[in-house]
Amino acid sequence: MTAQHTRTHAIDVSSVLQGQKKSSEPNEPCIKVENLNLFYAQKQALHDVSMEMSKKKVTAYIGPSGCGKSTLLRCINRMNDLVDNVTIEGKVLLDNENIYDKTVNVAALRRRVGMVFQKPNPFPKSIFENVTYGLRIQGINDKRILEETVENALRGAALWDEVKDRLNDNALGLSGGQQQRLVIARAIAIEPEVLLLDEPASALDPISTLKIEELINELKEKYTIVIVTHNMQQAARVSDYTAFMFMGELIEMGTTSELFTNPRKKQTEDYITGRYG
Amino acid sequence: MIRLWFKSGTPWVWLNAAAVSTCLIMVIGVLGLIVVRGAGHFWPAQVVQFGYQEPGREFQTIIGEHVDTSITPAAMAKSTGHIMSDDEDTLVQYLIKTGNRDITGTDFRWILERNIKQQQSPAELMVVERREWGNFYGQLLAVKENGKIIAEGDQAWPTVQTRIDQALAVFEEIAHLEKKEVGAINYSLEKLRLEQKKLQLENRWDSAAEQRVAAEKAELEIDYKEYQTQLIELYRQIRRDSLVAKTETGNEVEIPLAKVVRIYQPNTMSLFDKIGHYGIKMIEFLSDEPREANTEGGIFPAIFGTVMMVIMMSIIVTPFGVIAAVYLREYAKQGFITRLIRIAVNNLAGVPSIVYGVFGLGFFVYILGGNIDRLFFPESAPAPVYGTPGLVWASITLALLTLPVVIVSTEEGLARIPKSIREGSLALGATKFETLWLTVLPMASPAMMTGLILAVARAAGEVAPLMLVGVVKLAPTLPLDGNYPFLHLDRKFMHLGFHIYDVGFQSPNVEAARPLVYATSLLLVLVIVGLNLSAILIRNHLREKYRALEG
Repeated sequence: MTAQHTRTHAIDVSSVLQGQKKSSEPNEPCIKVENLNLFYAQKQALHDVSMEMSKKKVTAYIGPSGCGKSTLLRCINRMNDLVDNVTIEGKVLLDNENIYDKTVNVAALRRRVGMVFQKPNPFPKSIFENVTYGLRIQGINDKRILEETVENALRGAALWDEVKDRLNDNALGLSGGQQQRLVIARAIAIEPEVLLLDEPASALDPISTLKIEELINELKEKYTIVIVTHNMQQAARVSDYTAFMFMGELIEMGTTSELFTNPRKKQTEDYITGRYG
Repeated sequence: MIRLWFKSGTPWVWLNAAAVSTCLIMVIGVLGLIVVRGAGHFWPAQVVQFGYQEPGREFQTIIGEHVDTSITPAAMAKSTGHIMSDDEDTLVQYLIKTGNRDITGTDFRWILERNIKQQQSPAELMVVERREWGNFYGQLLAVKENGKIIAEGDQAWPTVQTRIDQALAVFEEIAHLEKKEVGAINYSLEKLRLEQKKLQLENRWDSAAEQRVAAEKAELEIDYKEYQTQLIELYRQIRRDSLVAKTETGNEVEIPLAKVVRIYQPNTMSLFDKIGHYGIKMIEFLSDEPREANTEGGIFPAIFGTVMMVIMMSIIVTPFGVIAAVYLREYAKQGFITRLIRIAVNNLAGVPSIVYGVFGLGFFVYILGGNIDRLFFPESAPAPVYGTPGLVWASITLALLTLPVVIVSTEEGLARIPKSIREGSLALGATKFETLWLTVLPMASPAMMTGLILAVARAAGEVAPLMLVGVVKLAPTLPLDGNYPFLHLDRKFMHLGFHIYDVGFQSPNVEAARPLVYATSLLLVLVIVGLNLSAILIRNHLREKYRALEG
């Protein structure tokens, strides 16, 4: 009974996978995580995690709630630094440079590693000001450059056609899906190398979700993308590699097709067939 | 049934409604009383002529305005020494404002209703508002020029009108010359004296400096001489005319027109005249300086001082409060010490305001101001410049007093900014400072304005500490004028709150001043409402702009 159930589910996912274009370039590691341990006060949230993420590929983290996948993601641009009482051991290498090195400028790092959060968080400013926020911080105020960047970034986030006539309107007037794409545009306006997406579609309706997923497929031409998602179908649809995490440990990582069709570990299989918990 | 009624919550709703309406009634009552008593003060009352005879005394005439009526039960009246016949239930007394303080020694008089034999309001009765000795009530007889009668009888009234207008114009000119021109010369002379003393103290007083100062002095003296001759001529003009009037007792009195503010015959005035009179009195109240120990004239210096002090206080308290709150909320490590600081800040708000006044006097005025004088103004010694109560110390003291409010509300505002907004900014490569400056602080600005509104409301109404650190009964000059550097932070100033206290309780003529207390209170309320409304408008505008918080 259970075996059959497993198989049907696995076939479901593989049918999704078949539609996906396989890139054939050699995999060049972009981000390396080495023996990462993270503690919130006394509580250990990440246990000795090591993995590699390839350049211009989409890597998805899946796993049950509270398994540490968002925490791991936030380690890549040092967002966890903001949390009180957090201790981080181990290394995260971006282009072979440890981002936890004392000499690293955190603001500069975050310019290279952009991030999009679960809930759209546009600033209460105009659409234009939202997209140019990162540039203005870098001291770019040339109107021509800003306008060009705004158009490119909004086109890149597939939002240009919807907002080009109201760039000076408040961003809070946009719909949830538009806001999320605006936030993505804001992130790619500063041309990062890596884009971290923390459940970017979980607060959105299905159509907006679809748009975001299409967008991710386009964005990976230019950026290395790491995405955290609850939705396994989504992971299967958008990612090249998938990592399964459980209780703060990395259980298994591999190409998405392999992990979904032929998981090596029992826990992974249980989770992707819906038998977890 | 009753139980059901209780369970339904209806009594609870009624209780709430009752509480709200009680509050409303009290607020409306307070405002209503102030408005009625205060605004009625300027309305020209009828002048009544009473024929009055106390038993066993001579018949006399009393002229004045009927101000108040008191009705006392017979038993109580007897106990206070009034002789009451059996058929009288009550003793009715009128309070009459008879004026003529220079003649009778008092402005007001109580008379018994039962002794009034006649009562009429003849048209020819006039009220003379004087610069000294209060109102005069009586009948115009003649107008004199240089001691010679130029108009009598029916001609007197129109003549006195044109003459008084001339006299007022001259008075204006004199006031302008004395205050502005001569005042400016005196200010410059004083500056020269200080400069000379400073140069002497620094051993730089040489013949060149001496010549320069002497030349400047001479120039000022020449100007002064010129104004002096002008003034002498003006004084001659204003002293030329006078009016002769008959008082209630039939005596003739001569009043120089130089001492008159206005003359009117209220009994002949139409409603329009009265409205016009009311408007003029109102404008005078708002725009003029006080006369007669603050019981007459306007209160402009007090309005100006209050607004000025509140604005200065806001300018000082806002940056301090906001910076302190930002440090406490954003930078300081949250823990025992920050908790302690917060408790201390909250308790500061509960310290009685007079304590701040004592602190302001002891620390700001004497220590800080005294040292500033020693370091920067040695030439003025022994007269203090900043080592004495003044506008700047009052503003700083009140800023200290209202600091907790601003800190607390700014902190609340900062705490309400969603974490996601901060993270969004940081994720774009902004530093913590940039995030604060570009995103968090603008979004928290409505909360800062709320703090400022509360601070303004508290500061504008404070009187006790101000009495120690800068407010005076009568300030000869405004803290803002045409003499460089225009804003004189060291000057003492007048304040509406203190003015109320002074007029109502420290004045030699309390009865006359009472309506002014209400009028000034009304104005104080209006000033605070005005200041608050402008702050609220700014806040609403900001809220509109950063509506994200609500969503």
